Amino acid sequence: MSVTTDATVRSEENLRVTRSRRNVAWTGIGALVVVVVLALFPYLVYSGTTAIMVQGLIVLTLASMWNLLAGYAGLVSVGQQAFFGLGAYFVLIPATHGLSPFLALPIAAVGAGVAAFPLWWLVSRLRTGYFAIATWVLAAAIALFIEQIQSIGGGTGMPLPGFAGMDPTLLAAYTYWAALVVAVLAIAGVYFLLRSRLGLVLTAIRDDETAARTSGVRVGVARLLVFVVAAAGCGAAGGVLAIDQLQVVPGTSGGVFSVQWTAIMAFAVIIGGLGTIEGPIIGTAVYMILEQTLQSYNAWYLIILGLVAIAIALFARRGLWGLLDDRFNIRLFPVGYYLWSPGERRRRQGGQGRPAKGAGAAGVAS
Amino acid sequence: MSTSANEAAPAQQGAPLLEVRNLVVHHGQLRALSGISLRVFPGEVYAIIGANGAGKSTLLRTIAGLHHPTEGSIVYDGRDVTGMRAEKRATAGISMVPEGRRLFPSLTLEENLKVGATFARSGPWTVERVYDLFTWMKDRRNQKTSQMSGGEQQSVAIGRALVANPRVLLLDELSLGLAPVIVQRIYGMLPQILSSGVTVLLVEQDVSQALRVATHLQCLLEGHSTLEGRPADVTAEQVEAAYFGMGEHSAAAGSIPEGSEA
Amino acid sequence: MSWVNAIVQGILTGGLYALFACGLSLMFGVMKVVNLAHGDLATVAAYIGIGVIAISHIPFLWSVPIVVLIMAVLGYALQRSLLQAAITRGELTTLIVTFGLSIVIENGLLQFFTANNRGIGTGSSLISSSFSIGAGLQIAWLNVVIFALAVVVLLGLQYFLSSSKYGRLIRAVADDREAAQLSGADYRHVFGICAAVAFGTVALAGISYGMTTVVSPTTGTDTILLFAFAAVVIGGLGSLWGTLVGGIVLGVAQQIGAQINISYELLAGYLVFLAVLVVRPQGLTARRSQS
Repeated sequence: MSVTTDATVRSEENLRVTRSRRNVAWTGIGALVVVVVLALFPYLVYSGTTAIMVQGLIVLTLASMWNLLAGYAGLVSVGQQAFFGLGAYFVLIPATHGLSPFLALPIAAVGAGVAAFPLWWLVSRLRTGYFAIATWVLAAAIALFIEQIQSIGGGTGMPLPGFAGMDPTLLAAYTYWAALVVAVLAIAGVYFLLRSRLGLVLTAIRDDETAARTSGVRVGVARLLVFVVAAAGCGAAGGVLAIDQLQVVPGTSGGVFSVQWTAIMAFAVIIGGLGTIEGPIIGTAVYMILEQTLQSYNAWYLIILGLVAIAIALFARRGLWGLLDDRFNIRLFPVGYYLWSPGERRRRQGGQGRPAKGAGAAGVAS
Repeated sequence: MSTSANEAAPAQQGAPLLEVRNLVVHHGQLRALSGISLRVFPGEVYAIIGANGAGKSTLLRTIAGLHHPTEGSIVYDGRDVTGMRAEKRATAGISMVPEGRRLFPSLTLEENLKVGATFARSGPWTVERVYDLFTWMKDRRNQKTSQMSGGEQQSVAIGRALVANPRVLLLDELSLGLAPVIVQRIYGMLPQILSSGVTVLLVEQDVSQALRVATHLQCLLEGHSTLEGRPADVTAEQVEAAYFGMGEHSAAAGSIPEGSEA
Repeated sequence: MSWVNAIVQGILTGGLYALFACGLSLMFGVMKVVNLAHGDLATVAAYIGIGVIAISHIPFLWSVPIVVLIMAVLGYALQRSLLQAAITRGELTTLIVTFGLSIVIENGLLQFFTANNRGIGTGSSLISSSFSIGAGLQIAWLNVVIFALAVVVLLGLQYFLSSSKYGRLIRAVADDREAAQLSGADYRHVFGICAAVAFGTVALAGISYGMTTVVSPTTGTDTILLFAFAAVVIGGLGSLWGTLVGGIVLGVAQQIGAQINISYELLAGYLVFLAVLVVRPQGLTARRSQS
């Protein structure tokens, strides 16, 4: 083997390391165009449509957060509804004191993020399965606790003040934009987070936790950060829900603390593709289609969603996006690395010189 | 089928009981075994020797069914068992004493043996007969095996495999972690095991121990066969060369590897 | 005096919680599966019981073994198919699959049975009556029966695991799957038997719950799963009798909470559970080796 000779030759040329195979600038511009078009929707479509889209945007935000937790940090939380609900209440409470609910949205995000700290302290040492159930119990406990507080509606909930007299169409438009901003921030936030040092750390932990630890990686801190960010994202989404529904109803069956929210975000992520940023987008689309077409059949869409999620978890672990990626090898939001030997050009479709994929968001190894 | 003594076994006795043909085994991307073949005849003690990482345990595990070969086949008693699940092979008569004993820590000595006897074939070995072979076990049958010494655990592991009345007994690194005196004592049980009609295929890092009990041996080095033959037919130098990989590889029975380029 | 009443009530309820918990503990101890659908399966058992009685009009007592048998067979089938596939693919997949199962079951029940509460009519006045000890200690016969049932089940499980052939195999497979295979045991079948046994206890738990109070499609996750899990954690993972201890602690905590304020009942239970999580994740009766 002529390993030694190869190495000396290579070290003199430059090995290029890039983030993706194609020029990501195109994807960035594309994304920008999409966002601009979406932002113009209130001028283009009826408020009924934007209302549906608000729902989708909320689920998209939640799904991105759950994906961050489970797909990148290995934290399967069945209690995200806790932060979702808290976010709603963190919008409600300032609203009852006169603050505009829209301005309260950042408060919801920050509040939920802050609440994540003590909760993390409670569950951080637990292994996967127990972590899941413990988060579930925590969410139920928080819901129960909040239901005791009569001043914010107790067990029956409370309408959201602050929009009295506002033009309904305008309100619908503002709600839509708020949802859009939250969703875009969520996805962009996750994208840039994963491209940062934290992303590298998370991948290292995911690949081999012990090795990461002995290399000096602060595993606990990394996971805590992810937990807090996810909490904040879910909180913001909860705030949007409060604005959208013009009320906040607690309660673990159908209310804002219902585990069904986790079911929706988890299934959306699984179906779309766990561990990829594009996955939640596809998954949310699937969820919305199912929900809209089966609307009058109540529990069916969840049944089908659940069954499909189970099937995908067992037979197509990287989800729908994974299937697409395998066939066409595209990455809209690249967070991995590609290694190019000298002389290789970009835009090469398969063939010779297939680049070696580095630490990539290629799905969860479990 | 003649049950011959383990020492002076004739070269051919009809069909081999266990045959491995050109086995290629991978651990992920790593090629652990490259085209290994062997034939074990009834009543033999076939020893596989080699240094750490040579692939010996991988070979045994693949024969036992815990690992799937990439290429090649395993034929037992005339049947191709390459695709057979491990537990089926065990009930068919291939019992393995795994590397590191692998006793059931939450079970007592007797319970360990009873598990081995659950799917046993008919034959001379019973829990009671194992107690006759290892007399110390009788008084400690209700003790948890995790509290026992390495040598005692090894005996229990052997007993657990015997109780299933196998036709082929696979022994993986019996000497691992045991004092030489204990190792000798355990290998001293071999004649009694063989006289009950069991054929033995064993893996050993301790070459001298292996040479003492084997009727046939094969040496592995990094997944390749470097020597094969009967102990009487090979010299210590040949074994040493094959073990450490000095000189050319050779897989023919009893052939002498070339010491250097001609 | 009502405090003593509350504590006794809590202890007896602990039996019901132990019934909830032992199946969960068994499945985790042997197969390392945290079955998020556990509570919903108990609810399914209750619904099956209701259905069986409604269709065949047999006396309630006869329906119990039937439901247990149905659930045991269901458990074996589910384990050999869905759960086994999930286990081989890893912990994350197992959680997702059992969570998915939970949601599917709940919404399935919702779709076919509506959200109404239903109860299991026992048809026996003895069961629904109570007796008193002293001045102010009022004990319902049903709770005593269920507690006794829990003790019997735990004794049965202990005997099964320690002395029977399959019990031994289950323990062996739980200890070392490969070594068990080398001894001729098909671990998938052994897992199946274990699941069948666990589901059998789940059936009893569901029926018992349906007798004490009403069940609805969401009962599984609202109450049963969380209580089962709390009992397991409080009593110590891997300990069967620990589930009884955990159940009792949970029950007593809830009743004490209820005494303070009726709406604190559930909350008190959760708080105890969380406290144990923080202080002693291994539980109150932790042992070094698994049972």
